[in-house]
Amino acid sequence: MTAQEVRLCGLLLQEHFGEVVERIGTHLLRGGAQNLRTIANETNTPLDLVKKSLCVLVQHGACEFGSGRRGPGSPVEYRASCERVLRVLRYPRYIYTAKTLYGDTGELIVEEVLQRGHMTMSNTVKTVADRLTHNMEEGRSMEYSEVVSAFSKLVETHFLQRCPPVAEMGTAATSTNPATPGTPAASASTAPPTAESNPDCYKLPHVTLIGRGKRRRSSDDSEEQRGGKKAKMDSESCGDEGIYWQVNFERFHQHFRDQAIISAVASKLDQTSSEIVRTMLRMSEVTTTQTAAYTQPLSANEIFRSLPPNYSISRPILDQYLSLLVDDPMEFVGKSGDSGGGMYVVNLQRALANLARATLESVVQERFGSRSARIFRLLLRKRHLEQKQVEDFAMIPAKEAKDMLYTLLSENLVQLQEIPKTPDHAPSRTFYLYTVNQLPTARLLLQHCYKTVANLIERRLFETKENKRLLEKSQRIEAILASLQASGAEPEQLTEVEEMITAPERQQLEALRHHINKLDSTENQVDETVFLLESYIFSTKTK
Amino acid sequence: MAGLGRGRGRGKGYMSFSIEAVGIGKGENLPPSILQPTPLFPPMEHKPVPLVMGEEAEYMLALKQEFRGNMKTLPFYVRPAVSKKDVERYSDKYQNSGPSDNTIEWNPDWKRLPKELRIRVKKALKENTSLSLDTPVDPKPSKKTRVDKEEIIHKLETLEEEVTSDEEEGEKKKQEEEQQDGEEEYDEEEFEEETDYIMSYFDNGEEFGGDSDDNMDEAIY
Repeated sequence: MTAQEVRLCGLLLQEHFGEVVERIGTHLLRGGAQNLRTIANETNTPLDLVKKSLCVLVQHGACEFGSGRRGPGSPVEYRASCERVLRVLRYPRYIYTAKTLYGDTGELIVEEVLQRGHMTMSNTVKTVADRLTHNMEEGRSMEYSEVVSAFSKLVETHFLQRCPPVAEMGTAATSTNPATPGTPAASASTAPPTAESNPDCYKLPHVTLIGRGKRRRSSDDSEEQRGGKKAKMDSESCGDEGIYWQVNFERFHQHFRDQAIISAVASKLDQTSSEIVRTMLRMSEVTTTQTAAYTQPLSANEIFRSLPPNYSISRPILDQYLSLLVDDPMEFVGKSGDSGGGMYVVNLQRALANLARATLESVVQERFGSRSARIFRLLLRKRHLEQKQVEDFAMIPAKEAKDMLYTLLSENLVQLQEIPKTPDHAPSRTFYLYTVNQLPTARLLLQHCYKTVANLIERRLFETKENKRLLEKSQRIEAILASLQASGAEPEQLTEVEEMITAPERQQLEALRHHINKLDSTENQVDETVFLLESYIFSTKTK
Repeated sequence: MAGLGRGRGRGKGYMSFSIEAVGIGKGENLPPSILQPTPLFPPMEHKPVPLVMGEEAEYMLALKQEFRGNMKTLPFYVRPAVSKKDVERYSDKYQNSGPSDNTIEWNPDWKRLPKELRIRVKKALKENTSLSLDTPVDPKPSKKTRVDKEEIIHKLETLEEEVTSDEEEGEKKKQEEEQQDGEEEYDEEEFEEETDYIMSYFDNGEEFGGDSDDNMDEAIY
């Protein structure tokens, strides 16, 4: 992990779990796998606090443990995962997606599971039902069965998955015999099991949860009425102990990627073609593996049958649209055969590469102007060009072209490639070619994005700290107002309390709130770019 | 490798490669060399594109801020125990002491964690009625106390004897405690002063002025 990634992870851990966990987490990220004593000694933290922090990190999946390097007898080693901590940045997007797909119930389920790291199904259902009941009007409450159905829908579409079973530490130590190193240690020496390796990954436990959500009330009567039911609920253990569910980030990422492709097609071509691509992607959801370069071939007949009913286009029009999509230079859709009216695939890898390229071009355009962007695009397309050729092809006067090229070169967006004519690499007899490599440039930009988000978070913390006194004062006054209103005070008292904040202070508060909202919103939007670049880089790795 | 021998800073114009190839013409004005670090907030020629505003962006913003706020109240937000700077106070025994280092405030599944991480689960969590958290541990004991109260109300008549016997036992215990306290007080008094003066000789002036002053002829010293 790079320095920027570690810095960003540290800030995210600090905001969500406190400074102690941040210290432990960054130490693990920088230092690799370590055991408990080493961590405690090197971070100068009391052992109990270290234990607590590790429990928190493991609960949220940010840290994994395994037996030590020297074999099963050595102390347990802990390894933090930078990638997993960076996902925290994307939590609002996951929750919002769950809301758009499965409504408020789905949103709350995903939010609860993200907050707790992993939860059993019964716990989740109870908590979510209580929260929904709390927001409903008086007298109504949420049925458990509705929450259970939303939960099962999330599991069926793979958005939630079971946590992988934990390798047994104790038995591994006793079962292996030092005299026979050939005996396989019970999964302690192999890589920790992933969620997908469990065949029951997406199987719901056979638990019947009957009941309704509970509203938290201050009066005792209603509690006593439901006392009987409450005792009944808790006395029966719900039968799914030990089966924990976590959010399946990869499935969400797949969904985001599909959304990105569909919106790109919609903006490049038109709504109907995006609907066609959406249909194709939906049909190949289950048949496409995570790292596939393109979807399974679909025949035009199948696509025609699966189109949504409100998009009634005739068969020849569909064929025309498909050929348009295939001919488009963005290469979203490709033709892989002629049977069944034409076999079509969605080129996932190519689409991601094109989306990343568009991002890079847009970044150059916004930072350096449209003429520099023209040079950049030229170099992307033509690979290697000499100084003179750049000037000619881009139709920019020599002096300005030089200036722009050097600016891009100093920012490392463009590289210089030397091609010697003679074995002694004499400078006067060497070609100097400008080139742009998409993958390293994408990595560079990704690191810039991480740095950006870290800077945004730091600035937000700074602003909050600067105005801490004012924020505390306003919080206290709000609390006073709330208590006064609850106890039924007169309007004069309320206005008197409100006037305790002076007008310039109010303005300052308003400006502070505006800044913090802007910084937060910016973090969310930078994360979208981060997602695109990460997906592109990941798709190239698995080649 | 290229040009190791020549061009070792013998003047401005001497560079290790031919500058014509890269495109700088002869005698052209190069930008002046920079002798200090770039300014912290350099002026930008191209302003950034404004943020995307809209319902979706605002909803995600609200989600994010709410999530952050919620995480601060959950037990996963580890706060180190505040070290007492002052003298030990008597009220510490009865006040809520806040997070302490050697207990964990939530109940993880210990089967999924290595044995060495096991810490005592904070007992106070199980006794308190939950105010804002919906952790699974909380509702049970509070319901049990309520159910217990009902049972006591229903069974009060039949259990009267047992209750009175309990009270008697309680009284006996209290008497024992008082005796112990009395002994302790006595011991404290003796050892506290460590002087030769007997405490009963000390007159702290509370009785002064308590006698009735009917006879005002005599002066009072």
